Amino acid sequence: MKQLLLTALVAACALSAMSADARVIHRERSLYSTILVDQRGSLICLQFSIRRDQRNQSCIDKRHPQEMVFTYTRMMMAGLLLNPDPERVLILGLGGGTLPMALAELYPDAKIDVVEIDPAVVTVAREFFDFEPTENMQVFTQDARVYTKRAGLRGETYDLIMLDAFNGDYIPEHLMTREYLEETQKLMAENAVVVANTFSISQLYHHESTTYQAVFGTFFNLTSAASANRIILASNMAAPSRSVLEQRAKALAPRLRKYSVQPEEYPRAMITKPDWDTSARVLTDQYSPANLLRGR
Amino acid sequence: MSMIIYPLAFVGGFVIMSLELLGGRVLAPYFGSSIYVWGSIITIFMLSLSLGYLFGGQLSLRRPSLKRFGIIFLVAAVTLYPLVYLSEPAMVWIFARIEDPRYGSLLASAVLFIVPTVILGMISPYSVRLLVETTERAGHVAGRLYFMSTLGSALGTLATSFYFVLWFEMNTILVLLTGALVAMGMIALIAHSATATR
Repeated sequence: MKQLLLTALVAACALSAMSADARVIHRERSLYSTILVDQRGSLICLQFSIRRDQRNQSCIDKRHPQEMVFTYTRMMMAGLLLNPDPERVLILGLGGGTLPMALAELYPDAKIDVVEIDPAVVTVAREFFDFEPTENMQVFTQDARVYTKRAGLRGETYDLIMLDAFNGDYIPEHLMTREYLEETQKLMAENAVVVANTFSISQLYHHESTTYQAVFGTFFNLTSAASANRIILASNMAAPSRSVLEQRAKALAPRLRKYSVQPEEYPRAMITKPDWDTSARVLTDQYSPANLLRGR
Repeated sequence: MSMIIYPLAFVGGFVIMSLELLGGRVLAPYFGSSIYVWGSIITIFMLSLSLGYLFGGQLSLRRPSLKRFGIIFLVAAVTLYPLVYLSEPAMVWIFARIEDPRYGSLLASAVLFIVPTVILGMISPYSVRLLVETTERAGHVAGRLYFMSTLGSALGTLATSFYFVLWFEMNTILVLLTGALVAMGMIALIAHSATATR
């Protein structure tokens, strides 16, 4: 309960940081977006839009730099419940670098590859968000689809793949198709898990769900009342039972505490039953109007 | 005559921009949606159109007729349609050989789009030739033709990006564009034989 209150408090801080009295400390027009870094007290946040009312993409509390400020970032760590010991990690979309830094710390021996399309985001993450690639970490400034295709040709595999590329105003539609997910599937080691931070509202929810289902079959859906995001957790293995998930959550909990991640909350929130329109058309390279569907 | 040529120029403009917009979606799975992918596509389209203008003007010197005008549309259709089948294998081939997505996307857009776009570029100067009767009206006619074809381009862009991609698969759109070109070509041919027999 105390943890819950603390989380709520952190979330409240994050929300209040979006108000107008936050001070802009860096503004930059990159090739892909407008990058805005603002500060309010010890909280520094990254946004990819000129509109100040846009939700923040990534925040760091300078007093507790390891803490994951956002619900969705914490929820993505639920991927560890499906594979608690990843040796090779692929992260698509850098943001402030919260996920790669946390995973590098949790798994110092893991090889972590980060793909970020915008070189300016990499610079900003290093300058303002304490992002610093470790010895086992490589950052590729590249389109995620191109990286995935090439890595597939090279025969590379990963145990944990985190897709966190849907943050800007424009959804990269080629990262949401059946063909893309099939290419991602090729990168998955036997016990690998894909964790995707995606959308919980609009028509897109249904289309995206049927697309993931077409490729992975049953997957876990993790949503939260505190966030407009939903996290998809997909793997090629049979889904572990609730009790297995709970055991793993319990084992992981102490190590995740300092990131304010409470994995015990996730097993009961991870749902496999479809709550979407299963007749929604699957998104393909031929048919992928994600941005138009989001507006509906 | 002008009753036919203005609508045809409109459709020509429509197809060009609709195709250009699809180009980005065709290339994205292989080369991403980075800024240079759009750079490649726009470069290739501009280059192809400039060549098309040149060739179209050249062609208009030799016995210009509605029949030949119609044939331009039919040839454009014939070169456009294979994209439905060739895009994938062509991009697989290029992707395997060129690591740098800038040059990969440039070559892919060249291979896929140069031929149909050059042909489509021939429509504008050729229609000017068909409609201009006197020197003093040349600018007036050319202005109206640019108006129609560029208006077509604007609507082609809008229709494709707002609606077509939501309603249809990409290949379906390509087939529709091909169908529109064939229809326009046939109209020109029919009008030609109608005026010839009169």
